[in-house]
Amino acid sequence: MSLAPPTPTHAPPAGRKLPNRLNGRSARVLKSWEVLLAVIAVAIFFANTWASPYFLDPWNLSDATFNFTEKAMIAFAMALLIISGEIDLSVAGIIALASTAMGWAVQYGAGTGELVAIGVGVGAICGAFNGVLVTRFGLPSIVVTIGTMSLFRGISYIVLGDQAFNGYPESFAFFGRGYVFWVISFELVLFAVFALIYALVLHGTNFGRHIYAIGNNPTAATFSGIRVERVKMALFLLTGLMSGIAAVCLTARLGSTRPSIAFGWELEIVTMVVLGGVSILGGAGSILGVVIAALIMGMVTFGLGLLNVPGIVMSIFIGGLLIGVIALPRMVQLLRKGRLT
Amino acid sequence: MIISFLKSREAILLGALIALILLVESRFSGFAMPRNLAAVFNDTSILIILALGQTLVILTRCIDLSLASNLALTGMVTAMLNAAMPGLPIVALLAVAVALGLIMGAFNGLLVWKLNIPPIVVTLGTLTIYRGIIFLVSGGSWVNSHEMSAAYKALPRAQMLGLPVLSWIAIVVIAGFAIGVNRTALGRAFYAVGGNPGAAVYTGIDVGRTRFSAFVIAGGLAGLCGYLWVSRYAVAYTDVAGGFELDIVAACVIGGISIAGGSGTVLGAVLGALFLGVIKNALPVAGISPFWQMAISGAAIIIAVAFNARKPPSRIILKHAEARS
Repeated sequence: MSLAPPTPTHAPPAGRKLPNRLNGRSARVLKSWEVLLAVIAVAIFFANTWASPYFLDPWNLSDATFNFTEKAMIAFAMALLIISGEIDLSVAGIIALASTAMGWAVQYGAGTGELVAIGVGVGAICGAFNGVLVTRFGLPSIVVTIGTMSLFRGISYIVLGDQAFNGYPESFAFFGRGYVFWVISFELVLFAVFALIYALVLHGTNFGRHIYAIGNNPTAATFSGIRVERVKMALFLLTGLMSGIAAVCLTARLGSTRPSIAFGWELEIVTMVVLGGVSILGGAGSILGVVIAALIMGMVTFGLGLLNVPGIVMSIFIGGLLIGVIALPRMVQLLRKGRLT
Repeated sequence: MIISFLKSREAILLGALIALILLVESRFSGFAMPRNLAAVFNDTSILIILALGQTLVILTRCIDLSLASNLALTGMVTAMLNAAMPGLPIVALLAVAVALGLIMGAFNGLLVWKLNIPPIVVTLGTLTIYRGIIFLVSGGSWVNSHEMSAAYKALPRAQMLGLPVLSWIAIVVIAGFAIGVNRTALGRAFYAVGGNPGAAVYTGIDVGRTRFSAFVIAGGLAGLCGYLWVSRYAVAYTDVAGGFELDIVAACVIGGISIAGGSGTVLGAVLGALFLGVIKNALPVAGISPFWQMAISGAAIIIAVAFNARKPPSRIILKHAEARS
């Protein structure tokens, strides 16, 4: 097996410090990051409760979860991918293509079971396509997936143009609008189950350790006997699969497919992952952080929505949160050293 | 020199571009007429200017995803100023546009330079922040053609020596880049910083400051394009140029600007943008639904990046050293 080419997006580590971000000081920093996020989440929860009398209502809160469940499912897989030093910007394009495929199948009388299989299957195929381009041809993932993002959504536009698919079967709606128990929606259960699975895989298996090792130093990982390309391929496939599952949920919830479905989600999902403390340079991060970040983003969107704040203004808040949460600790550090002049 | 050019990726891209134009011409004669090609160039001018700004940023191993939002915000501000004060000279509006763009670029650059936050994170954040501010300043309302003064809308369309001013601005920017990138210390510093940041430090280049400069220049150009875009299309609203940030990156990638930094040329970026421009303008001529455009540019990006895939130079040098020893 030949040497893996160095990941171009991977910046060289500062100084000569051993790239061990698994234990020790950096692990404590990561823990404090999650604590910081949790504090922010609680603060936003109380602020919302204080600001709107409608916030603390079980059904309203249940509705609020739809703001993040589908995005978070993809964010879990994306977190693994980013920890391994790659990125996938085509996830929203995959949703559009998978949803279009399902809508097309409906026109030929596909049942609920087939629809789910088609949605998830198309997602997995798209993910595999990205994976092959990145691992077999050694192309930078950020560029490849900018390309496939246009390609996948572009195919939806070719198929649909300015039309829409609808007429999904009654039973299909359960995946997006169904409730398992009282206010607990099917999507929320799915979100919780995936959170658990991904936390176990990332933090409790050899495969998870391999992901960290690859993200910290792909060359060293290769020499340690890790099949770097195979792991990355699996992660791209997984991200596509999760996008397919999210496409099933979203399509079922909306009940129709337009080519502009989930437009701009890729940036929101990356924001969620980075806000959750996953290093965009790879090698560090946790699922717990992503879960809290998902809750924060969901609550902010919902809370501001209750106050009749338009969606575009909420995005200022999310963008500010993303930069602020990362910038503030660094600014404090610089001020302490007296270097910010 | 001619031989080395013929081997370069720019030559291949130029060949592909000419082949594409000839292909369209063979089916629909008149496409390759100078007058039509000039119109295609004019239509692509804004993309060219932005792709050149993005090129500097990518050369230094960074990326700026906020350029389209920057453009939309400056465009909205100039349109609102013009609607409120029709007497304000266009030169003043241009100055406001460029200054506003510079400030937004500097904000990105400072976060990358002083706080060492990864550029993709910074600009992902400012992408949403800048666009959100448009809504805050405009209240979600549009500035329509009839609210803009005639002078405001006239500038990019005004004819000068047979070409619209918009084209001339693009030509001036291209010329400025060709000289600035290849013949000035700062221009070479962009390559040095992206090629090998460690080595750049040892040669006395301030890596952070160079990256900051790249962001500032790209931001200023985005501000300029904000005025050009809004005055050309004679409408300003919150979603102006939505999603255009990725078209800009696509133009750079097709033009052979390596996303890993340190490699790429001004000519490449211009050709990359023109390639997208020709596709966009050829589709309606060929009677293909404009809905095909997105998939075609996606496929073009993938093919271009597969074509341009080369191993980073540092590794090649090491391989040569290994082979010799």
